[in-house]
Amino acid sequence: MSNYPKPDPATLLEIYKKAALIKLNDERIIKQMMAGKLVMPYYSPRGQEIIPSAISVSLTDDDYICTIYRGIHDMLAKGFPLDELWAELAGRVTGTCKGKGGPMHLTCPDKGMMVTTGIVGSSMPIATGLGWAAKLDGKNRVSIANFGDGAANIGAFHESLNMAAVWKLPVIFVCQNNLYAEHTSVAYSRAIDKISDRAAGYGMPGVTVNGNDPDEMYGAAKVAIDRARAGEGPTLIEAMTFRFNGHLLGEAGHYMDKGLYAQAQKDDPMPILRARLIADGIANEDELAAIEADIDARIDVALAAAYDAPFPDVAELKRDVFAEEIA
Amino acid sequence: MTDTTTTTAPADNQVRKMTAVEAINLALHDAMEADAKVLVLGEEVADPQEGGVMGVTKGLSTKFGEDRVKSTPISEQAIIGAAIGAAVGGYKPVAEIMLMNFVTVAMDMIINHAAKLRFMSGGQTGVPMVIRTMTGAGFSTGGQHSDYWEAWFAHAPGIKVVAPSNPDDAYGLMRAAIDDPDPVLFIENLPSYWTPAPVTKQIIPIGKARIAREGSDVTVIAHSLMVTHSLAVAEKLSGEGVSVEVIDLRTISPWDKETVLASVRKTGRAVVVHEAVKQFGIGAEIASVITEELWGTLKRPVERVGAAFSSVPFSKPLETAFAPQPDTIAAAIKAALA
Repeated sequence: MSNYPKPDPATLLEIYKKAALIKLNDERIIKQMMAGKLVMPYYSPRGQEIIPSAISVSLTDDDYICTIYRGIHDMLAKGFPLDELWAELAGRVTGTCKGKGGPMHLTCPDKGMMVTTGIVGSSMPIATGLGWAAKLDGKNRVSIANFGDGAANIGAFHESLNMAAVWKLPVIFVCQNNLYAEHTSVAYSRAIDKISDRAAGYGMPGVTVNGNDPDEMYGAAKVAIDRARAGEGPTLIEAMTFRFNGHLLGEAGHYMDKGLYAQAQKDDPMPILRARLIADGIANEDELAAIEADIDARIDVALAAAYDAPFPDVAELKRDVFAEEIA
Repeated sequence: MTDTTTTTAPADNQVRKMTAVEAINLALHDAMEADAKVLVLGEEVADPQEGGVMGVTKGLSTKFGEDRVKSTPISEQAIIGAAIGAAVGGYKPVAEIMLMNFVTVAMDMIINHAAKLRFMSGGQTGVPMVIRTMTGAGFSTGGQHSDYWEAWFAHAPGIKVVAPSNPDDAYGLMRAAIDDPDPVLFIENLPSYWTPAPVTKQIIPIGKARIAREGSDVTVIAHSLMVTHSLAVAEKLSGEGVSVEVIDLRTISPWDKETVLASVRKTGRAVVVHEAVKQFGIGAEIASVITEELWGTLKRPVERVGAAFSSVPFSKPLETAFAPQPDTIAAAIKAALA
């Protein structure tokens, strides 16, 4: 991993800006839910901010991503419009999916965010198909499939990685290993140490990195993305991380190992990156505070606009089932 | 099975006799020629793998290249996933899932994704894809190779279900299915694959039924192979002075209520026939709607004909008894006329 490209200072600051947006947005969502203003199932990405932030700095709007129910971090890192996000979470007609999808089906094709699925393992076959489309387009686009450690045990993982490798598709399979599949520790669900070892079985490179380390995550993603753009095929990246708010917000979390949790808190990537930016002279405290204040202000605006917007008309039940409205 | 070697389109628009295998091959060919976004994928669909297990895709990869016509691993989830991704990415894929029973392996992709992405995204991501699959009892292929499961898909909002009964419809409905902005499940009847009939190359709109035979005493509503059986029965009964109207649904979802109700309003009697198991089959929905809409006009309760409530059996006499036959259809028509 020492041979990975490293993010330059400007890129590192960009990674922080994305990660800070994810974290502050997550905190605000939780606050709104606790206040009873947002009612929805929420799979918090808190703790996993660095992974998509360090990937997305190497992507453009033309690149495709698919993600899963725990996927707001992936979407925000790629540039999901904040206003449309909040309106969707609030179930309003101004939401990106007109309030018909909700937090588990965020979609924004203009920015390459094609599919968010609520089914474990289902991002991979579709991202593979987007990789096929990207290859046919011949525009050096790549397709990112985000999924968790649990999804690596589903048959669709096998079928997708195999097909992507056989067809040499520009797909990057990003397994965000947060150590728990719902309430089940990885120790109960695989007999190998590294999920990335499975890549060898498909004839593609596989690598396990510390997903919370922006250098490692950026480097591994950059190598895989460059490889895909060059027509050399897919890569499996296992990004090790941790989720601080459990599987579903509100759960008791008794299944989590207390020592592991305490260590993960010590390793929280957000304060670490923030301190590093200051220590390395990339940004000072005032500059970072200004960035964070700006994000908070943008969330304020998005949130207020969302609550002010109307709910979708019931006629929406007949729209978008098919292209043609149902009579 | 029968050798099928037709691989190229006729140079003119003459009506030619051909089998359903040839008609679908021609439809795929013409669609791929008309639109470079049309893709074909599935197990052994390319020519090095013999252009499909029944030769339906023969010649396509040779003409259009293996980038657009891709033989896949035996991976139904990945096949449908690849088709969904390609469709969302701007293409019009036609995925072959060899047999209808194998579609079950890809149900998550079809029901949770292909059928729902348009709605869940508020109309942002349509999924213009076709899933071709074949099925039908009659070849002693037993419990996992010959079921009709159209009712499952007709129950799912967001996916259309089409089942042609003859080569002309197979051509015309396939062209329409490929052009449709939404996912279409296209059910091909295997036992009648090699029965030749004239093909006019007319595109047939999805959602419109066809009056296959006009009549005045009773309306029979059928699709796929059951149309052929029903027409044979109607012909026989005409000799007994019974005038049977036969409606070929062509599209199962969304089905053509207007045509069906207009016919039953005229005849006052209806028989719904399908090869799928009778219990909870599409006949239940159609009979319900007829009853709701035409209660005062109906002269008799709507009759339903479907397969026995069992797996498709292997042994020939059992298989014959399992699936509706002309005799069972005739008996139901007579019951409706009583």
